[in-house]
Amino acid sequence: MDAKRVETISARVDAAVSSSDSVEDELELSAVRHRPEGLEQLEAQTRFSRKELQILYRGFKNECPSGVVNEETFKDIYSQFFPQGDASTYAHFLFNAFDTDHNGSVSFEDFVMGLSILLRGTVQEKLNWAFNLYDINKDGYITKEEMLDIMKAIYDMMGKCTYPVLKEETPRQHVEVFFQKMDKNKDGVVTIDEFIDCCQNDENIMRSMHLFENVL
Amino acid sequence: MAAGVAAWLPFARAAAIGWMPVANLPMPVAPTEKNKRQDELIILNVSGRRFQTWRNTLDRYPDTLLGSSEKEFFYNEETKEYFFDRDPDVFRSVLNFYRTGKLHYPRYECISSYDEELAFFGIVPEIIGDCCYEEYKDRKRENAERLMDDQEDNKDAKLPNMTFRETMWRAFENPHTSTMALVFYYVTGFFIAVSVITNVVETVPCGSAPNQKEVPCGERYTVAFFCMDTACVMIFTVEYLMRLFAAPSRYRFMRSVMSIIDVVAILPYYIGLVMTDNEDVSGAFVTLRVFRVFRIFKFSRHSQGLRILGYTLKSCASELGFLLFSLTMAIIIFATVMFYAEKGSSSSKFTSIPASFWYTIVTMTTLGYGDMVPKTIAGKIFGSICSLSGVLVIALPVPVIVSNFSRIYHQNQRADKRRAQKVQKARLARIRISKTGSSSAFLHSKRNGLFNEALELTNSTEDEQRLSKSTSLLESQHHHLLHCLEKTTNHEFVDEQYYQQSYLEAGLQNYPSRSPSLSSQDGVTGTCCTRRSKKHHTPLPNASAPAHMQPLTHTHTHPQGLQELSTIHIQPLSTSRSSLNMRVDEPAPLNCQSSQITTAIISIPTPPVTTPEGDAHLPAGPTHQNVVKVSAL
Repeated sequence: MDAKRVETISARVDAAVSSSDSVEDELELSAVRHRPEGLEQLEAQTRFSRKELQILYRGFKNECPSGVVNEETFKDIYSQFFPQGDASTYAHFLFNAFDTDHNGSVSFEDFVMGLSILLRGTVQEKLNWAFNLYDINKDGYITKEEMLDIMKAIYDMMGKCTYPVLKEETPRQHVEVFFQKMDKNKDGVVTIDEFIDCCQNDENIMRSMHLFENVL
Repeated sequence: MAAGVAAWLPFARAAAIGWMPVANLPMPVAPTEKNKRQDELIILNVSGRRFQTWRNTLDRYPDTLLGSSEKEFFYNEETKEYFFDRDPDVFRSVLNFYRTGKLHYPRYECISSYDEELAFFGIVPEIIGDCCYEEYKDRKRENAERLMDDQEDNKDAKLPNMTFRETMWRAFENPHTSTMALVFYYVTGFFIAVSVITNVVETVPCGSAPNQKEVPCGERYTVAFFCMDTACVMIFTVEYLMRLFAAPSRYRFMRSVMSIIDVVAILPYYIGLVMTDNEDVSGAFVTLRVFRVFRIFKFSRHSQGLRILGYTLKSCASELGFLLFSLTMAIIIFATVMFYAEKGSSSSKFTSIPASFWYTIVTMTTLGYGDMVPKTIAGKIFGSICSLSGVLVIALPVPVIVSNFSRIYHQNQRADKRRAQKVQKARLARIRISKTGSSSAFLHSKRNGLFNEALELTNSTEDEQRLSKSTSLLESQHHHLLHCLEKTTNHEFVDEQYYQQSYLEAGLQNYPSRSPSLSSQDGVTGTCCTRRSKKHHTPLPNASAPAHMQPLTHTHTHPQGLQELSTIHIQPLSTSRSSLNMRVDEPAPLNCQSSQITTAIISIPTPPVTTPEGDAHLPAGPTHQNVVKVSAL
């Protein structure tokens, strides 16, 4: 992920000289292009075959011609899959989970690494990824507030027209159940070990982890 | 679902792993790709020009020609390509639609040929992107107008089955439809003019005999004028009655402005007839004659411009109101000031504040009659301030009114713009429908999917074949994703009307007590209860709740006589330790608080759902199945 080459067309010198910064910034943004590393390197780093990488990249590039996804585009794309609800909050969390170097944009490498874990990784890795998703501030602990945020985001995706009707406290209850299950030592936070432990003991979760293996 | 993001579906599905640890229910099975083909290039030969694209690209829109199996009709075995004998230039736009998800309308293209091509390839024009949509609509409208003009030239026959009343009404509203209507139109116009001129000439002093003072013509030639008046009123009355007879909605006609003007125009005459010789009311009678001047407004039926003016004034009412208000304010202020300023001077005409109103108005509108002038110095100073400010106060709102008028005038000139706005709303409605179409597609296929799984259970293969709809793999994967979300949150997607219906229903029902969980076992289905019911379920049979278990059955007959699935809803009551008489007024009947769950209904079909502890038994058989799975948590 280190060999990232970002080319900007408008020269930095011009930007420093010219007066209106906002126009220059816009030019820079629109001219930012990102070329991913070569196919061989990606093949080595991920568990996808060459053909799969090709298919992935074609789709990726189609939707984001500039080569990087920023959060807005990400939210847009993800929202299209959930027409009835509001997927933007969850998309925000997802974006942070994919954007591993936290630079505000998801490049194709980030994208493909994430997918590699999700689709071809071991159960341990997948659970790790999920824990990373829930742990919003990345401090190694899932607190109830973080979980509540995530839960609300998930329920937001359902939208209004559900059966039974969504109530205010449903996400909170769900969080309670989750913590009851996961928080073994009842200290109010869930650590990575508790999480992985608990998930591995849960049949349903284990089974559902293998659900999407044939996605690509 | 938009095409471009079809490529991101694998990503969305992969991201669904994020829900798994949170979900308490097992997930549905993923759709398998039975015949997964490697993506291949296909060649589309359109009148000799070859286009190539991936097969997946075309599969994004399965309800068009290229996306469905319809294109197999055009497959050419020898050359192994699909041949279409159509316009290659327009095909570019069509193919770009598949690639990018946006349909563009090229400006140089003729609108009818473009429409034809779109219709051939099964693409609805409404999805033309916003960038090109306005152009498309403009061209389409021009085309439609051209067609309409052609039609009107050819059209001279009346519509075959119009009643006499309808023809009359049509003749009244549109004088150009027949010669009779035209004649009538001109005759009434003439008589309106005659009537107005008569009224005017009546008051002109005619030449008089030398030793008599001048009399107006009306008094000199009373009989003549009376005859003219009578004739005009006769015509107007007949016209009004005929319009009243022909009007499709008489009540509405009588309330309309034009008919009120008609009535006001002829009423003075009749009132005059009734009370001719009564001296007391003759004064009032004279006043009534003033109303005869309203006949001039009848001209507005003959003049489009007059109607526009009237409409403008009506729509500028707020600006006019503001003008009036500000003027009134200024008048009162200045009148007061002038009155007190001129109070001192003798022989001042400013006898009271209302008397000063006249001076203020005349000054502010820069009329300056000169019948009232201030004499004191203070009066003159304030008078000049008054005239200066008058210009300002009047000058400010007037341009607003003027611009309003010109805007409305131009709007009226292009009355089709209003039609276009309606079309815009219709278009947005159509786009909204197609967007909700994807969610309703999910609900629809959910129903079908459930049937599919139910069939798998009972191993009836013929039915399965009958039911297997050709939803594309993409769609089924998308639906599976939504299904997983449902399972994670333990709520179902429903459509608008069902949601409102259940909202209402639940509000009507009062459920008796809530009992705490009989035994809150942490089953697999941890928390809430779900009730699955089919889309077209019959409304809840109103449960008169006895004091024990109460099944509420919903049955649903599938037209093909397949196995029916019904859900049983069981609600244990009474044996509760906590407040027995707590009424549940919440919307969803089975909504449960955290530790007070009562029931769990699990409807059959999903085989991987090994529902908790309940014993599952599936009575096989034809119609009217009651599939019961009960588990009390």
